[in-house]
Amino acid sequence: MALEIPKVSYSGKIKEIVLGKGDKALTVGGETSYPFYLFEGQMSLKPRIAMEVYDSTPEDWPPAALEPFADVVSDPAAWAKKCVDTYGAEMIALQLVSTDPNGENRSAEEAAAVTKKVVEAVDVPIIIWGCNNAEKDTEVLRKIAEDCAGRNLMIGPVTEANYKQIGAVAIGYEHTVIASTPIDINLAKQLNILLGNLGVPDGRILIDPTTGSLGYGLEYCYSVMERIRMAALTQEDERLQFPMVCNLGKEVWKTKEAKQSREEAPKLGDPVKRGVLMEAATAQLLLLAGADILIMRHPEAIGLIKDMLNDLLAA
Amino acid sequence: MALSGIEIFKKLPKTNCGECGVPTCLAFAMKLATGQAELVACPYVSDDVRAAIDEASAPPIRPLTIGTGDRAVKLGGETVMFRHEKRFENPPGLALVLSDTMDDSVVNEKLSKFKDLEFERVGLILRPQMLALKGESGDAGKFAAFVKRVVDQIDAGIILMSDKPEVMAEALKICKDKKPLIYAATRDTAEAMGNLAKEVACPLAVKGSGLDEVMAITDKLLGMGLKDLVIDSQPVNVKKALEDQVVIRRSALVKKVKQLGFPTITFPGQLTDNKMKETLIASLLIAKYAGIIVISEMEGHNVFPLLLDSLNIYTDPQRPMAVEEKVYEIGGPREDSPILITSNFSLTYFIVSGEVESSRVPAWLLIKDTEGLSVLTAWAAGKFAADTVAMFVKKCGIADRVKHRKLVIPGYLAGMSGELEEELPDWQILVGPREAAHLPAYLKQWSAA
Repeated sequence: MALEIPKVSYSGKIKEIVLGKGDKALTVGGETSYPFYLFEGQMSLKPRIAMEVYDSTPEDWPPAALEPFADVVSDPAAWAKKCVDTYGAEMIALQLVSTDPNGENRSAEEAAAVTKKVVEAVDVPIIIWGCNNAEKDTEVLRKIAEDCAGRNLMIGPVTEANYKQIGAVAIGYEHTVIASTPIDINLAKQLNILLGNLGVPDGRILIDPTTGSLGYGLEYCYSVMERIRMAALTQEDERLQFPMVCNLGKEVWKTKEAKQSREEAPKLGDPVKRGVLMEAATAQLLLLAGADILIMRHPEAIGLIKDMLNDLLAA
Repeated sequence: MALSGIEIFKKLPKTNCGECGVPTCLAFAMKLATGQAELVACPYVSDDVRAAIDEASAPPIRPLTIGTGDRAVKLGGETVMFRHEKRFENPPGLALVLSDTMDDSVVNEKLSKFKDLEFERVGLILRPQMLALKGESGDAGKFAAFVKRVVDQIDAGIILMSDKPEVMAEALKICKDKKPLIYAATRDTAEAMGNLAKEVACPLAVKGSGLDEVMAITDKLLGMGLKDLVIDSQPVNVKKALEDQVVIRRSALVKKVKQLGFPTITFPGQLTDNKMKETLIASLLIAKYAGIIVISEMEGHNVFPLLLDSLNIYTDPQRPMAVEEKVYEIGGPREDSPILITSNFSLTYFIVSGEVESSRVPAWLLIKDTEGLSVLTAWAAGKFAADTVAMFVKKCGIADRVKHRKLVIPGYLAGMSGELEEELPDWQILVGPREAAHLPAYLKQWSAA
């Protein structure tokens, strides 16, 4: 009795997007099937992992997350270098949290200066992630785009509120935009249409569908991402055929359970392994839903995901 | 495809006798099509028609239960490939492996840990529900004694694992009333295991290398009249494990391949020696269709993420998760601690309580029942209107527990503060931040005076 595998016929393909510039540039996308369904399609370009670097010393990280970076947390350039040299990071994601007007409110100039240092310290592709305040991000990301002209940084989050300004500088100074919408397939599509109308080339758009942690809303992201991929591949929804980015490290490590010590949560086992597994399990689910770029924190969680990727994509 | 009501109607006697309890044959047919009635209620259909309708209306993936009572584990009954298409029905059973070759002390320690792994979340108790008992010694008496010792100590869904029918037979004598899963019938033992399963009326797992072999075995067992089967395709690597799960689910749902219309059993520990990676493989299998996931080690740090994973994936996308309406105490609040109020959408609760907790400012969090809607949606739907909010504030008893009369409402609802002040004349209404992330900063500057 031989089983004939019922296959899905895919009519669409995810666009290939080049990240960064030079020898270390990477390309993501290009899928012609649901994630890892290699028995009926292709996924020749691996999903990539960007390691987080923060522009100011983290204050509320649990020891498990802090320990691998303890010697570099006050110096973003050294931090980025350690990620690349010690942990083999293939990408860096610089999180500009200190620019938040509700927090430290550092200026665009300061943010650009820090970015410049990080960009000069490493040669891998770099994501620049703002503080999620549309107005401030516009100011900060414009300055950075200009100062780092031609580097093909991935800049975001670009939202409906600031896509014109940031989109324009991305075109002018040759960067890639991360189009961010709040867990909604229609809004995601709409923003990609708007960016296209503005003149941002298709090769320079990534989707941020908004990410939640395991146990904290992950199911919403998971299903929206599945629907985005389904529309892109089987319904030829051309404005959704872009690779997806998930900024998950910060979501996981701010949850109560990722932070609790053994004394605070005796039933939750080893705090380091728990945090690592929560981050890796979140990443694993996002990969299954269609993530092409994962922004992650813990080197061990990253190692586990790389291992899984090798297994899932083995020839 | 299952038959439509009209297709079923055509096969019924069309006498509208009403003996089935439904006035007309058409109405009865409609109920059959939606699973609200059973064909046995009609005394007049012929056996041929009965067989045809039964087969066509059987769920594409057999629903079955392992175990009895509180700890019974329901599997199968799935109807979609993607959770947003409807929902996933039965979360996978997480099973811990124990072997009859382990030292008693090791077994006892693992069991006591297993009992402790219980977590309360959104009013649900999350816990691993199953034990996979392995007859590694190959000795029938030893295995039976081991099974007895375990089932006497703990109430869980049991999987009995042995390739030898004579060993299995002894173990079944001990615990057949607990409706264990018999693992497994192979190509060589299909008949013997099939007969055993039939005799004790317990579900039976099928182990074959690859789907073709699995189908040959299930076909044989179906022929013997067995119905409650579980499939193990013995994938050789992670990639194949994913492929098999997808192909099994899709064949059953799309092509109605009846030899594959069963829940599955998986063993991530057979694909790696690394316990951390085993957890990740299990996490993948939760999302991608596994019925039972047998794991080699259970600790809080690996079981908790898997339970969350399962909770997330199996949450009904059409029904928002809600938490209980009440006053939540965060960080031991006192009579001068701030009071915040928000909706009972579980995500809102988790995020708000998480931020309050991380602020290290003790606080009272009033969670009002909004039927699981988030703040703005609830407000728009009238479930977070000033009058009902006021009523909840009055009846929840918070006024007796604090000295001040200041209530912080979500920033997005700033517009209702005037109305709320009218409803709660003794209270001062404060507008909190719009985003939960800004709560710590807000709370740190908050003062009762």
